[in-house]
Amino acid sequence: MDIATLPSLTPFLPELILGVGALVLLMVGVFSGARATSLVSTLAVLVIIAAGLALLFKTPDGETFNAAFVLDPFARFFKILALIGSGFAIVMSSSFIKREKFEHFEYPVLILLATLGMMLMISANDLISVYLGLELQSLALYVVAAINRDSEKSTEAGLKYFVLGALSSGMLLYGASLVYGFTDHTQFAGIATALAAGPISTGVVFGIVLFIAGIAFKVSAVPFHMWTPDVYEGAPTPVTAFFAAAPKAAAMAMFVRALVGPFGPAIGEWQQVVTFIAIASMVLGAFAAIGQTNIKRLMAYSSIGHMGFALVGLAAGNEAGVQGVLIYMATYLAMTLGSFAVILSMRRNGKMVETTADLAGMSRTHPVTAFIFAMLLFSLAGIPPLAGFFAKFYVFLAAIDAHLYALSVIGVLSSVVGAYYYLRLVKIMYFDEPVAAFEPMSGELRVVLGLSGAFVILFVLFAGQIGAVAGLAAKTFF
Amino acid sequence: MEIGLSHYLSVAAVLFTIGVFGIFLNRKNVIVILMSVELILLAVNINFVAFSSFQGDLVGQIFALLVLTVAAAEAAIGLAILVVYYRNRGSIAVEDINLMKG
Repeated sequence: MDIATLPSLTPFLPELILGVGALVLLMVGVFSGARATSLVSTLAVLVIIAAGLALLFKTPDGETFNAAFVLDPFARFFKILALIGSGFAIVMSSSFIKREKFEHFEYPVLILLATLGMMLMISANDLISVYLGLELQSLALYVVAAINRDSEKSTEAGLKYFVLGALSSGMLLYGASLVYGFTDHTQFAGIATALAAGPISTGVVFGIVLFIAGIAFKVSAVPFHMWTPDVYEGAPTPVTAFFAAAPKAAAMAMFVRALVGPFGPAIGEWQQVVTFIAIASMVLGAFAAIGQTNIKRLMAYSSIGHMGFALVGLAAGNEAGVQGVLIYMATYLAMTLGSFAVILSMRRNGKMVETTADLAGMSRTHPVTAFIFAMLLFSLAGIPPLAGFFAKFYVFLAAIDAHLYALSVIGVLSSVVGAYYYLRLVKIMYFDEPVAAFEPMSGELRVVLGLSGAFVILFVLFAGQIGAVAGLAAKTFF
Repeated sequence: MEIGLSHYLSVAAVLFTIGVFGIFLNRKNVIVILMSVELILLAVNINFVAFSSFQGDLVGQIFALLVLTVAAAEAAIGLAILVVYYRNRGSIAVEDINLMKG
């Protein structure tokens, strides 16, 4: 019997940087006194940049930890998205921290830990590592939601998120236990072989459905979306900006990898479930957002709808579909970060304001910001030639390829309904009588807004290259 | 009577169901919800250990140990959030968690 050898750590380098970085920053925060928050925030962004550089240039593709962890082009694509989302979330919170006296140096550290969980989840190649990555991410997120511990709303958001999150983890685990029991494997490769070998037993189908229910909660897809509006509204705004971007991308990555990889041979069983979830999310996202007056709640319903559109690509279950999901998540990330840069800049008389009526007449008080925000909203609505249109185009093309006609028709119709509330915001900004101007936007928010605006408007020039990268990443599974 | 795999699975399924219903039907106290979550994780562990033992495969028991560890962390964080919530509201009744709706 051979003695266990140390697993190769090279594909794991970015995660190591994040993990060690988070622990070191915790010590830095404890020992550096009053100025801790801004120092730790800056260092946390540097850690994320270091992890991103390591991921791009220093880590070869490969498996490690007995194939429980895999780095492939697909994982790389989503890890870059997760790092971008988390990094910008920290950057965008810096002026909020100063103005609102939001002095918690734990905040950037928790974001680093959540990002570590996301990276593990994206790379998970075994039911055990899926669960551990997911929980590392979720436990950090529960605390981040409740981080403003003197605020009733923030703690209530944390409590709601925790209770529903724990329930969803339980469902995911129960599903995982059934899959393990009926296939004899927790490793994805083993599960795929077992499912491909013979008829698929009812136990496995039950397990897969519970597993899907667990992940659907994490991407906030209907019918497991109930927490999203409350948590988005209750949590401090920079936290909401973080929640809307990176964790969604990571959970979607895990969703795709699990369904297309190990559960791929059972596509006949899960396709209807994902189709239903996608339709329900798109329709609910479109209709429930219409009556919202709080812009954070509106963004919550918008994100539910967008997850539905991304799931259209997954429901197709083919290579084009996975490519569509990748492009969709990349554009969704850019649009969300840009929109939240605007929402974070909505301050008047030293207070954050967050109703849609507060945007009135913004085109006259802040013409540039209003223009870029309008472009982002057009893109969220899916109007050509902006990024959001191409994202929707790719997923629907894949769905048509897979003969999911009903899904495509309902999806396009609900995107028409959804356009109403995005255009209503544009109308409020451009045609309503202006109320008092907002305080000037801080520098880092301008940068984030500018970058995401540039991405959305110029996407058409780079659509080919981004599509090619996403196509390469999607090839991982086919 | 021989106790087989299906008996263990039935117990686990019953526990899981009680846990899920405990979360949704309970109108009184958040602590009960935390207990229901533990019940769900317990059901999962019974499943894992039963499968593992009947298949002669150790992975399931390793998974169960990891689930136990994470469940402890989860309970700690849940109780901590509950404490800060109680400090703000002075109540942990489920029907009082209603600041945000719609």
